Amino acid sequence: MKPTNIDNPEYFHKVIDCQYACPAHTPVPEYIRMISQGKYDEAFKINWISNVFPGVLGRICDRPCEPACRRSRVEENPVAICRLKRVAADFKSPGADFLPEVPAEKNGKRIALIGGGPASLTVARDLLPLGYTVDLYDNQKKAGGFIRTQVPSFRLPEKVLNEEVDRILDMGVNTHLNCQVDSLKKIVDLGYDAIFVGTGAPRGRDLPDLPGRSEGGDAIHIGIDWLAAVLYRHVIRSGPKVLVLGGGNTSMDCCRTAKRLDAEEVTVVVRSPKADMKASPWEIEDAEEEGIPIIDNHAPLEFVIDSGKLVGMHFQKMTAETDGSGNRRLVPTTEPPVFMPCDQVLLAVGQVNAFPFIEPELGIKMTERGLPELDPTTHQSSIPNIFFGGDAAFGPKNVITAVAHGHQAAISIDLFCRGQDLHDRPAPSTNLVSQKMGLQDLLYDSRVATDHRYAVPTVDRAKSLKNRLLEVELGFSKKTGHQEASRCLNCDVQTIFDFSTCIECDSCVDICPESCITFTDNGDEEDLRTRLLAPSDNKQQALYISPALPTGRVMVKDENVCLHCGLCAERCPTSSWEMMKFTYNCPTAGEK
Amino acid sequence: MSTDRPSFRHPQAARNTAGFTRKDYEGAISTLCAGCGHDSATNAIIQACFELAIEPHRVAKMSGIGCSSKTPAYFLGRSHGFNSVHGRMPSVATGANMANRDLLYIGISGDGDTASIGMGQFAHALRRNLNLNYICMNNGCYGLTKGQDSATADRGSAGKKGVPNPYSAIDLCELAIELGASYVARGFSGDKQQLVPLIKGAFAHSGLAFIDIISPCVTFNNTATSTKSYEYVREHIEATNTFDFIPLQQEILAHYPEGTSQEVVMHDGSIIHLHKTDAGRDVTNRRKAVDSLEEEKAKGRLLTGLLYVNQNIMETHDIINSTLRPLNSLTEADLCPGNTALQKINAGLR
Ligand SMILES: Cc1ncc(C[n+]2csc(CCOP(=O)(O)OP(=O)(O)O)c2C)c(N)n1
Ligand code: SF4
Ligand SMILES: [Mg+2]
Repeated sequence: MKPTNIDNPEYFHKVIDCQYACPAHTPVPEYIRMISQGKYDEAFKINWISNVFPGVLGRICDRPCEPACRRSRVEENPVAICRLKRVAADFKSPGADFLPEVPAEKNGKRIALIGGGPASLTVARDLLPLGYTVDLYDNQKKAGGFIRTQVPSFRLPEKVLNEEVDRILDMGVNTHLNCQVDSLKKIVDLGYDAIFVGTGAPRGRDLPDLPGRSEGGDAIHIGIDWLAAVLYRHVIRSGPKVLVLGGGNTSMDCCRTAKRLDAEEVTVVVRSPKADMKASPWEIEDAEEEGIPIIDNHAPLEFVIDSGKLVGMHFQKMTAETDGSGNRRLVPTTEPPVFMPCDQVLLAVGQVNAFPFIEPELGIKMTERGLPELDPTTHQSSIPNIFFGGDAAFGPKNVITAVAHGHQAAISIDLFCRGQDLHDRPAPSTNLVSQKMGLQDLLYDSRVATDHRYAVPTVDRAKSLKNRLLEVELGFSKKTGHQEASRCLNCDVQTIFDFSTCIECDSCVDICPESCITFTDNGDEEDLRTRLLAPSDNKQQALYISPALPTGRVMVKDENVCLHCGLCAERCPTSSWEMMKFTYNCPTAGEK
Repeated sequence: MSTDRPSFRHPQAARNTAGFTRKDYEGAISTLCAGCGHDSATNAIIQACFELAIEPHRVAKMSGIGCSSKTPAYFLGRSHGFNSVHGRMPSVATGANMANRDLLYIGISGDGDTASIGMGQFAHALRRNLNLNYICMNNGCYGLTKGQDSATADRGSAGKKGVPNPYSAIDLCELAIELGASYVARGFSGDKQQLVPLIKGAFAHSGLAFIDIISPCVTFNNTATSTKSYEYVREHIEATNTFDFIPLQQEILAHYPEGTSQEVVMHDGSIIHLHKTDAGRDVTNRRKAVDSLEEEKAKGRLLTGLLYVNQNIMETHDIINSTLRPLNSLTEADLCPGNTALQKINAGLR
């Protein structure tokens, strides 16, 4: 293999598993380090710059970082990254001196944002400091979009949401709330320099062809609409017997909300096996802990109506089968239909995009899936000054992806308004700083804690089931937050190898607890992986290769389970290993 | 400096046939200087024990005084051990060995500990062919007391102080062959590929197995003018032979062309297969073994590898015909012949 080019910023970025997995590439280890030092303001600021909604995401993020966390490769559970984000938000001081300055004198460019969700708000936050005039249109009476109307308060208290949304609006967004945009053309005609569409995937899927659907009438609800109705108190009660159809997070939100609206029995029914459910494992766990059974492998057959009233549903039992080519699919079993009594059904079987306000004559090209045709990097549509982001861009994803889209769209809009090439994008800023302090010490806490993942305390179950506004999770205390933070393996502190001073004494090889380092003859990757001291079968993780050493061998380090404990650097007599903190910050709009 | 090592080990760390992982053979974290050759030698011992699936509680580690003699703290944390006084490792090992011949004895010493203060002890352990694995971590200096030249320092070699050593050097391997050791090898801490099999061969051998491990002292004797530095040793090393150690019951898979290899069957039935670079060399011939060492020395080369092995010299227990059982398992009935026997003896003396 060729020697590793550690000057490529993506090499060490990839070693920071959590940051790399995060769509917004939040510098996770750095904010966790700030938390462990009690610097909550700094921790919050790092988050806010990168993901805009630390308090919200610290509660409801899909957390792609956690399955990626290195810790889960050396013990059972990843660091509770998401909950630590909340720690930063919970304990930061009330001031907001981290906010960037917004110039009083505008740059003369006007931007319209359609939809007031996380994607649009991110665009607003990134463009306002650059002097743009930003108009935001939303059909609700408060901005926030999906996270306001569909995420129940027991998971995300309104106060937290308001604080984070208002922080952006107060930077100087011109809001047009309660304003349904029913014609994009009208907005185009207002002469904006650029338009950003962040209208989400607003339509919940129905089952219109299922027998009994129309007779079932108002006992059958679309999950997301029902959740919004609960928020606005149009719905204050739930039927005594509720069936919730679907296996995603909306389904979990529906069933738990129903339980809080006095439903006596709530049951979730899913088509597929439980293991294939789309909902996050922790959401499923929370629902089950609240006494909500989840029945899998049942596909809906019909709504059963008796004297004009919904009395239950029939389901077909399904089973997962693997066909000849190894593809798994669901097939009905031969068993007779199963009847489940109910008087209310909530449909949470998926969400779809809808752009009823986009007139065909505008000429925005759409794909077969009903989504806009976009440049995946720039988010630009076929109309140069119209951009899309969030769920409206590539279909339903999650909040953190919407934020990442917002950042990219803001960069594009800024480049566009300055008449520059949208593909000539600003580069990430990186930095590599030695962690050596004196002869023996390191600037970071290199000890590897053996603590197991801490559980987040929750409020009394009986109380929380009576009050849908009462947040279930209490968040970590400062102390537990500190302990959990200490589990972080500091993956941003890199092991840097200088082959020119190495005397091949083997000290690093001998001390490394994970046997990451091998000195051996070079070969191609596949061959090398079979010749390392420890099994090396995680191909997602890079091998760090040095140029040839005096004995002709090379140093090979498998990054996979490195604990970043710094012992190699400590034991090296010639300081050929050095621990250096690698900072990787995504570019934001306006940077060069 | 770290005073402990993270407790995590590689999630797919291998287990040996006795069910242990390598971690089960580790000891406390080393307090030696970063880069000390002794740490590598220590790790070679750990590796050999792991690969041979030795049960840690069947091992006793003995040592004298020195940085080298501290290393038993850094390996086999679950074994028996005795850190004795300077140069006295052989006596303590002899005592323990006499009391229980069933354990595996690893004696750790340094060049100061062996070739100066402990020379008399060393000589007699060799002479008796004590069933001991005598490992000398040889750095050509007294590391622990700040790097004075030891008796193995080559004439003219200069350490950190910069004063060339005026005396001639003792070659511990030659001495060991001369004085009756039955397994003599030399390795280099910087070459585990060679060192680990040498240690495994020693463990399989019955009788005194002496391994001289050239083990650089990075702090006091790793200078450009020293003949025991990493660089000098790497440049002047000459391997007698490479070899495969094949433990008992393991199938021999390699094919050895005639005349290029020599097979030595160890007491426990394991086999050492030597691949010779020079057909004239015979490691079972004492004179030739010494000749080889001298020849290479004359060329300015340092001969390493398995230098000498003789399976026919009896170990101490067999020479003195001692009991096969550990002394602590002998009961009064075993030890006291009884009144009738005493009367008989007394009668014979009247
Ligand atoms: C009876 C006695 N004399 C002298 C000493 C001082 N002393 C301690 S270690 C040592 C030399 C150790 O040299 P070596 O065996 O080569 O060990 P190294 O530190 O080089 O590994 C000496 C002379 C002592 N501890 N006890
Ligand atoms: S003084 Fe020399 S022998 Fe002792 S620990 Fe340091 S490097 Fe090793
Ligand atoms: Mg010494």
